[in-house]
Amino acid sequence: MTETWQDDEYMAAPPTRDPIVLRADHLGRAVQNKILIQDATFELRKGEVLTIAGPSGSGKSSLLRLLNRLDEPTSGTVFVEGTDYRNLEPRELRRKLGMVTQRPYLFPGTVAENLQFGPAQRDETLSCEAIEELLSQVGLTGYGDRDVAHLSGGEAQRVSVARTLANTPVILLLDEPTSALDDAAKLEVESSIQNVVHNQGLTCVMVTHDLAQASRLAERALLLKSGRIVRDGPVGEVLHA
Amino acid sequence: MLRLFLHSQLQLGLAQAAVAALVALAVVLLARRRKIHLEAETLVAMARGLVQIIAVGSILVILLRAPRWTSAFLLAGMIVAAGATSARRAKGMPDAFRVSAWSIAFGAGSVIALMTSLGVIDTAITSLVPVGSMLIANAMNTNGLALNRFRSDVLAHVGEIETALALGAEARSSVSPQVQASFEASLIPAIDSLRSLGIVWIPGLMAGMLLSGARPVYAAIYQFVVLAMIFAASGLTSLTSTMLIRDRVFSPAQQLLLQPGR
Repeated sequence: MTETWQDDEYMAAPPTRDPIVLRADHLGRAVQNKILIQDATFELRKGEVLTIAGPSGSGKSSLLRLLNRLDEPTSGTVFVEGTDYRNLEPRELRRKLGMVTQRPYLFPGTVAENLQFGPAQRDETLSCEAIEELLSQVGLTGYGDRDVAHLSGGEAQRVSVARTLANTPVILLLDEPTSALDDAAKLEVESSIQNVVHNQGLTCVMVTHDLAQASRLAERALLLKSGRIVRDGPVGEVLHA
Repeated sequence: MLRLFLHSQLQLGLAQAAVAALVALAVVLLARRRKIHLEAETLVAMARGLVQIIAVGSILVILLRAPRWTSAFLLAGMIVAAGATSARRAKGMPDAFRVSAWSIAFGAGSVIALMTSLGVIDTAITSLVPVGSMLIANAMNTNGLALNRFRSDVLAHVGEIETALALGAEARSSVSPQVQASFEASLIPAIDSLRSLGIVWIPGLMAGMLLSGARPVYAAIYQFVVLAMIFAASGLTSLTSTMLIRDRVFSPAQQLLLQPGR
């Protein structure tokens, strides 16, 4: 069953504006009567960088997990490029909505093997040139043969970003990617993300509790409180209101 | 020493059971001093074990004259009870009882059926039920170990598993390391039993056969046969239960259901 909004809105987006690539439609999740996310509705246009901000426990990460269906919504749904994501094969959905988690969780082996992981799930192989290109995007040229056990925290997180990009996602989901890092590593990772997102025009949803970082990287912000979106607009207006 | 004071076999048996229980309780008290509380669980398990084995002994006396097919019902009952017991080791795991019961039924049941049909296990109730129960009990332990290890390994690696899922991995392959580790860990006791047979321990069955007049070499070989069957039943049970539980920790949309605090 494919919902119909794609034909009306996704396909008919005004030519002057980028098309909508993601639309959360009254999205909600409650676990054992506890509401985590309630009635979240928003759209994301191609190339847009959106930050989800809010106090601890407001549901930022829960909302992000609903977007790539790591958790199941108890109400509402998400449309990805016009298709209700319940009609997409979960593995394909997650390839399209690549996620970078707070901790990198690299798999034992080399950096190159980690980058190969996503494509290998679809029986594809990543060429050495493609690996080097991905590594250069995150400032780790020549790191392919290194064992991930010997990487610093910042390097590991940048490998995690490159590993997600190896899947050629349509949207990049970042769940507090620098919160577990020291200041120097944080800047390295942030610079890699900025390079990837801005230079490639990648659509991005980023959860962060760092308002300065949100202002540097995003153009639009959603403010969450107790699982509800209470504000949605330009990052400066939402975060500094 | 007990034999000096107790001349009836029943009294002697009860006294021996009391002494063994006291030793076990002493261990529980030692653990308590280290703030490890096993009192309630151990007391209940010992009381249950004693009552159950006396009940089974009494039933076996009655069943000695029963038709041979009745042993199938007894073994089926044991499989259900084994499923319920080992499912308790998998708290929070979806469908743990059914997974355990089916795995033990398949693992132990198929080995019992095969070996009985080949004549390795005698079809007499006095042979089939005790040997079958050994296979079922060991399959139960293996199943409990496998599920318990799988649960703790998955909970300890939620981040890695969800990262694999987020990168487009199939649910089954995202928990492959946990399935492999729990399968291997669950078979450690069975492998060690085989490895140390005759050196570290001489199992009860062999002692029983020797006491009942069997030739020592045959008793020894048959003990190996039983342990090999235990290994086969345990391995098959663990293989089945880890495969079945692997699919049940994910939703149809390939979301990991087993999460800390849920």
